[in-house]
Amino acid sequence: MPLSTQSHVRDEHYVLAASLDNVRNLSNILKAIAFKEHAFFNATANGLKVTVENSKCVQANAFIQAEIFQEFTIHEDSVNFQVNLTVLLDCLTIFGASTVPGVATALRMCYSGYGYPLTLFLEEGGVVTVCKINTQEPEEPIDFEFCSTNVINKVILQSDSLREAFSELDMTSEILQITMSPSQPYFRLSTFGNSGSAHYDYPKDSDMMELFQCTKTQTNRYKMSLLKPSTKALSLSCKVSVRTDNQGFLSLQYLVRNDDGQICFVEYYCCPDEEVED
Amino acid sequence: MRFRAKIVDFGCLNNFTRIVNTISKLTKSCTLQLTVDNLYFMLSDKVASGGVSMWCELSQGSFFDEFQLEGMAPNANEIYLELIPENLLRALKTTQNAKSLKIKLTKKHCPCLTVAADLPSLSSNSRVVTHDIPVGVIPRKLWQDFKEPSVPDFDVSIYLPPLKTMKNVIDRMKNLSNFLVLEANKNGEMNLRIETELVSVSTHFKDLGNPPWVSTDGDGSKEGSQERTKMAQVHVDIKKLQQFLASQQVNPSKAICSIASDRTVHFILLHEDVSLQYFIPAVG
Repeated sequence: MPLSTQSHVRDEHYVLAASLDNVRNLSNILKAIAFKEHAFFNATANGLKVTVENSKCVQANAFIQAEIFQEFTIHEDSVNFQVNLTVLLDCLTIFGASTVPGVATALRMCYSGYGYPLTLFLEEGGVVTVCKINTQEPEEPIDFEFCSTNVINKVILQSDSLREAFSELDMTSEILQITMSPSQPYFRLSTFGNSGSAHYDYPKDSDMMELFQCTKTQTNRYKMSLLKPSTKALSLSCKVSVRTDNQGFLSLQYLVRNDDGQICFVEYYCCPDEEVED
Repeated sequence: MRFRAKIVDFGCLNNFTRIVNTISKLTKSCTLQLTVDNLYFMLSDKVASGGVSMWCELSQGSFFDEFQLEGMAPNANEIYLELIPENLLRALKTTQNAKSLKIKLTKKHCPCLTVAADLPSLSSNSRVVTHDIPVGVIPRKLWQDFKEPSVPDFDVSIYLPPLKTMKNVIDRMKNLSNFLVLEANKNGEMNLRIETELVSVSTHFKDLGNPPWVSTDGDGSKEGSQERTKMAQVHVDIKKLQQFLASQQVNPSKAICSIASDRTVHFILLHEDVSLQYFIPAVG
């Protein structure tokens, strides 16, 4: 019997309680942002937002809406805590990460508030695992102030097409240069590596291009090392939206479909490389 | 001193290879004891092996078509060899489609187990591949070191859950901690626990059942519920437990774990014609 359907003692002493019939709906999306150990959790009535940052230059957010959970109870407007993401992922996949059809691990996740551990109850085939993950002093993530009104250029692509390009990127290049323009070359990815430069151009009327809204020619460079972790999200996703704002900040929004066909989002923000001479 | 044996059946060769594979995953070097009826792969608890000991017993009749043994002396019809199981495995792996396989003890530049495989050939000529695996012959005065490990008085014996489930859980726990608490009671319940500064994890198995011998000693059946649910526990090195679980390639027909509180944990896996015992000592 999945945990979520069991009758539990009233959860009044929990500020947050959430249940999932299939833990992969959470663990998969967290893997897509697991490039640093510390993850900041923000829960509201809308759901869960998990943030991971690196060097204040790149930030990844995973959004898991309340509807994804079979139960999502929150007793405060906003609940924040921070845990070690590597540990959390090991706990969530305690019964193995492989997928056997028809076998799912059920999860119940509870948090009692500041100073308490994050408690997980996992059940598969009658075996129950209880994990208590100590929470850390939360460090508020930085606000990239990426606002849709400042967006200059935006394209939405099928992930397949970007996946192909990313898998062939010249990793000896320190940077990835993204050019977006209302005229030729429209959308271009460039690398400058040991064996020369490479450009990937996407025509704006390609089948892969779902939306093309570029208003001004913009060329920005981003550190390859910062963008590399986003390929995890890319490989999970079905569509990706690439946006740049007036300061050259990059937003990559991935639309991820879970095992049950529901949609979640993963978002990466990345600041441009300083040494760009325009 | 003579030893020669022959496998002709494909299934037997396959099974024997699988067992050697399991042994090679458990230990770099082991002792092979040959008797008229049985083969034993063993590892006795040396400090160098971290106090782990292993005892694997095969009845020769289930694997070998011919089995001739002349021991070291007429009154001691046995041979003890020091063997690197990995080497034997490598030889066996290349002979998986052999029509027949001979294993004999030979004297080349040093004592060797010679594995000769008759491989299928398209022409009328036979195609024989021979491997010489160096072994050490253990003198008789040291034989007394190799006895079936004595089984201490256990507090609790319990049937293990599917080894794959246990392996998955322990693989994750190993990422989180170096040590693990294994505990079980006479009520068919077993727990695996770790605790570190970052996290505490406990996995609970229930309805596993206890082997009948547990309750037959003394007035077992009348044991109070308090006695039945009392946990016997042992702290062990997770790596050793993981190694043991990783070595298993097929689910045994019976798998039993016995705990002597704070001293040792004993696993016995029973297959049709093989039994494997594995001891992991408690850590302080």
